[in-house]
Amino acid sequence: MLAFLASLLAAPAVGTALLIGSFVAVTSGVVGVFVVLRGQSFAGHALGDIGTTGAAAAYLGGLPALYGFIGVGILGGLAIEGMGERARGRDVATGIVLSLLLGIGALLLYVMTQRSDATGGPVAILFGSIFTVDPSVAVPVALFSLLAFLLLGFLYRPLVFASVSPQAAKARGVPLQGVGLLFMLALAIAVEESALVAGALLSTALLIGPAAAAVRWTRQIGQAAALSALLGLLAVWLGIALAYQSYFWPPGHRGWPVSFFIVMAVLLEYLIARIRPARRAARAAEPGEAA
Amino acid sequence: MGIVQALFPPGLFTSSFMQNAWLAGTAVAVLSALIGFFVVLRGASFAAHAVPRASFAGAAGAVLVGGDTLLGLAIFSALSAFGIASLASRRDQGQTTALVLMAALGLGSLFLTLGGAYAPEVYALLFGQIVGISRVDVYAILGLLFLALLATALLYRPLLWSSVAPDVAEAKGVSRRRMETLFLLLVALAATAAVPVVGALLSFSLMVGPAAAAAYFGRSPLQALAIAVLIGVLSIWFSLIFAYDTGLPVGFFVAAVTAIFYGLGRLWAWLWQIERSIGPEAA
Repeated sequence: MLAFLASLLAAPAVGTALLIGSFVAVTSGVVGVFVVLRGQSFAGHALGDIGTTGAAAAYLGGLPALYGFIGVGILGGLAIEGMGERARGRDVATGIVLSLLLGIGALLLYVMTQRSDATGGPVAILFGSIFTVDPSVAVPVALFSLLAFLLLGFLYRPLVFASVSPQAAKARGVPLQGVGLLFMLALAIAVEESALVAGALLSTALLIGPAAAAVRWTRQIGQAAALSALLGLLAVWLGIALAYQSYFWPPGHRGWPVSFFIVMAVLLEYLIARIRPARRAARAAEPGEAA
Repeated sequence: MGIVQALFPPGLFTSSFMQNAWLAGTAVAVLSALIGFFVVLRGASFAAHAVPRASFAGAAGAVLVGGDTLLGLAIFSALSAFGIASLASRRDQGQTTALVLMAALGLGSLFLTLGGAYAPEVYALLFGQIVGISRVDVYAILGLLFLALLATALLYRPLLWSSVAPDVAEAKGVSRRRMETLFLLLVALAATAAVPVVGALLSFSLMVGPAAAAAYFGRSPLQALAIAVLIGVLSIWFSLIFAYDTGLPVGFFVAAVTAIFYGLGRLWAWLWQIERSIGPEAA
């Protein structure tokens, strides 16, 4: 066991993956609690998908993928927030924005597959692996995480109020639209950096899974955010360790995908939280989904 | 004449693969618009997005074990529909939809890695293809359309009621849970038919786009349903023509054309100052 841990930490790709994966898990875990409370799971997932369009555009334009992810993610987030007429109208608005941007993404990815110099690009963007992350993105990822946390800190009180009881918040003069837009910005940053690092698939899993599990354990938002970050970290570390180990599994030293392990760890956390009788925790999850 | 010839080059209607594409595409568009009407009514775009996307894992699994792709799509879309229906409680459907989708995609990435699937095959399933539809696929899709028409005809009233006024429907003895499960199974049916043609990423465009646009044009539920079918069929026809002309993936055109129709719907509503006739907030 110790020998395995030592060999795990000695591999440079694993060190980078652990470091950047931890940033992403914490940021997504904390932002995710608000996503779950506000019932914005669909928007959170859509932003991950939308980012791949930006990444493909950046790739074709010779720009760093990070800026493609973040730029289009923010635009998409603002479009979703701006087009949804009322809370429930957001469902269709999110669907249409996602549909159009995914369509453009399909076109760009197709163009990439036709170019001989970029054949590996689409796979990297769609199924990005945490093991192939360029260590140099660690600094911008950390900075964007910081930005997301600053936004959340700035918004904390009105955001909690607006998320838990929007009507009362409105009556007290909380600018719901402004809070919604700024939160969407923090959400876009959190989702896009994890989509860059781990692929669109994992960005949704890390955003929704740990948070959905955490709000079933505690009704206190600060505690839920801390627990959610912890659950996210646990899933990422466990996933990376298992994926590293899986190179020795059948069939033939190809390795199992790390995203598979992380997703399964997240699901396990959620199912364990669900089995537990949810008495007090029930109220925390109450505002729930619009869908 | 030049433009007409460029838009309708030889073979668009006569080559056998395009004939399959026209038949399958039209059937898929009718089927998707029909189910999409209820998707928009229930505000269930996320489920409409998640089920076809999750079914991609079934196709990847079929490639891995050497099975039939359509069967893999059907099994995984039905499983994900059941998963969403059984895990969801009233207040957190979005979370459980996301988690079911993640579970399927996690499995999908495992199947892809283990199977070492040939990349173009994967792209075709993700983005849609019009050259790969066989006559057998066409018959299967027509069969699915027939099933969906039958189910919608039988379930139209209870589904409509449980969508616009779930409490009233419950009081009349229409179980909300059972309707939700049946509805998601219908989405799974539409997904199974649409993914081979339009691709796993953009099948939901054909469900959400036409119905969301029709909500602005139709003045009653039945009118909106009919307009949704019309817009869906027009969208796939335009898309097939453009895809044939340019060689670009059909999914892109479907997404673009349906978004344009939706934009026209919003413009129409803005010009005449009308509200959507269907959808959660119209209820």
